[in-house]
Amino acid sequence: MRTLEQTTQEILDLASKHFNVPAGSLAPDDDFFMKLGIDSLQTLEMLSRLENHFGIELPDYEVQGVSNFRTLASRIQSRL
Amino acid sequence: MLDLSQYQSIGAALKDALEEFAGEVCLIEADREREKERLTYRDFRERALPLAKALQETGLAAGDRASIIMTNQSKWLISAYAVFHAGGVLVPLDYKLTPDEHWQLLNHSGARVLITEYPIWRQLSVAAGRSIATNLLTVLVTEAPADADLSGARRWEEFRGSGEPTFVARQRQDTACIVYSSGTGGHPKGCTMTHENYLEQCVALTSLYPFWPGVRYLSILPTNHAIDFMVGFFGPFTCGATVVHLRTLRPEYVREAFPKYKITYVSLVPLVLKNLQKGLQARFDGLPPGKRRVFQALVAINKALTKSQPRLGISRRLLKQVHEAFGGELRAIIVGGAFTEPQTLQFFYDLGIPVANGYGLTEAGTAITVNDLKPFRADTVGKPLPGMKIRLANPDADGIGEVSVRSKTVMAGYLSDPELTSETIVDGWLMTGDLGRFDSSGHLQLFGRKKNMIVTEEGKNIYPEDIESVFESLPVKEFCVFAANYIWPKRSMVGEQLVLVLHFEPGQRYEEELRRQISERNNQLLNYKRIHGVVLVDEDFPRTASLKIKRNALAERLAQLDRATAILPL
Repeated sequence: MRTLEQTTQEILDLASKHFNVPAGSLAPDDDFFMKLGIDSLQTLEMLSRLENHFGIELPDYEVQGVSNFRTLASRIQSRL
Repeated sequence: MLDLSQYQSIGAALKDALEEFAGEVCLIEADREREKERLTYRDFRERALPLAKALQETGLAAGDRASIIMTNQSKWLISAYAVFHAGGVLVPLDYKLTPDEHWQLLNHSGARVLITEYPIWRQLSVAAGRSIATNLLTVLVTEAPADADLSGARRWEEFRGSGEPTFVARQRQDTACIVYSSGTGGHPKGCTMTHENYLEQCVALTSLYPFWPGVRYLSILPTNHAIDFMVGFFGPFTCGATVVHLRTLRPEYVREAFPKYKITYVSLVPLVLKNLQKGLQARFDGLPPGKRRVFQALVAINKALTKSQPRLGISRRLLKQVHEAFGGELRAIIVGGAFTEPQTLQFFYDLGIPVANGYGLTEAGTAITVNDLKPFRADTVGKPLPGMKIRLANPDADGIGEVSVRSKTVMAGYLSDPELTSETIVDGWLMTGDLGRFDSSGHLQLFGRKKNMIVTEEGKNIYPEDIESVFESLPVKEFCVFAANYIWPKRSMVGEQLVLVLHFEPGQRYEEELRRQISERNNQLLNYKRIHGVVLVDEDFPRTASLKIKRNALAERLAQLDRATAILPL
């Protein structure tokens, strides 16, 4: 079982890879809309990648109002 | 289609539709690749009536308000019909608002019933705002896990009365829905829509874009939005058509839904349409050079053949692969909620996929103009819908004036706000705040806004005043939020931005710590409500005797600055 820290780190790694951002440039409390320069649709794309990676299903609603990696990680963690 | 001129209310028309089309499929609900549910109009009725009965048993009566906060799904529509059957007034709220915004609107609308989904209720039930909505007596929650703590709510699936509910008749001028067009943060704008508003709008829209049994509408725009309520519920239902709901709107599942369910119509906001365009363009650009040339030649032929009007049969044969990716039966993409750029509209039209763009606002009963495709004009928002009178108030030398509308589809007014209502509906004309001009063929062209507001590509209306609270107590002398285009009119409906205007204390400078504080507060706002930059001024804001900022006078003063250098990025 992953810890919340591990889950967060894996999300940061995936996001940097998917959106071509240098590894290590993202932090848990970063706002992903601002930092990655993405819109709500691209967030949904990111969510699909995360579902595949973690092997879970996350309803779209779970990311409603979420804008930083740490909160996203806790939502994912609760379904692992 | 039912003859809607014979009906007094949404409920009465839907009631007959459920009987008239009993054997037709009305709803398909899919979750990822799985089809979860397929209901006929008969099934729909059998689910809605026990709910209507149970609502009546709680005391819901004519004119009582019931709110729905749900993602697009079958239970949204079943619940809405149950409310109408019982004579209630529907308050559909945007599920994307924050819990406290929801509570504020639930309180403002006076809703006594709330119907929502379990994940939404989990957040709502613990929000501080819950204490204000004392009017709320019944909360129904769908899809709650067996062991869930419902925090005072009841399970939607078990909330069923026995016996036939009484159908409560309503009249055309009675309120059918209260729709919040925008404005939380202390200024809720609840549009009071009558049954007549919807009946008339439905007749006008379906005269241009008809539904019939067998038509399949893919419902992606939130159903609380006036467009989806009309073309994803009331319109198709009164024609016996089918509405397809997807429980996840990830692009890959949306793409799959088109061929899987042979979609006829879909409504999108400009942001999604542009995204679709980008994806298609990337695929076309990736074709080997030979194939790309053939493809471009086919597009050119299609363009020539559809110059005066769409010819779906020809386009589907010429550009077979493109059309098959959309299921082969798509007749039009309806785009709304915000302004769509002409090149995006043209891109799809050239592929033989007409985009029904138009112009409207909730206050006008959704659409005011729609492109009738005779011929397609990407540079305009189309012609007025039947029954819609438009005039341009105070036109300037170029003939550009404020679009004002008179129609049976115009709302009765803003809930509990007679002052705003009388400013907005003047002598029976709805003042839209948008600037426009008719061209020689009667098509409306838009040239920006008169109001201090923006509409995002996702179709969200943002009033700067509503987001100022997040910057309260910022360590500056005074501040104010504006739409940049309001200060510096651009004669454009795209690229709208919000700016934070700051006036410093004597000797204060724009330093990193303040910039950080502004960014931090900005990030508390939902992403589409965020400010883009700051503008610094060195004079006191003009104010009224009661110390309210005179926004017009301040905007006029700011307009003297050069936009390009005045807006400092965050």
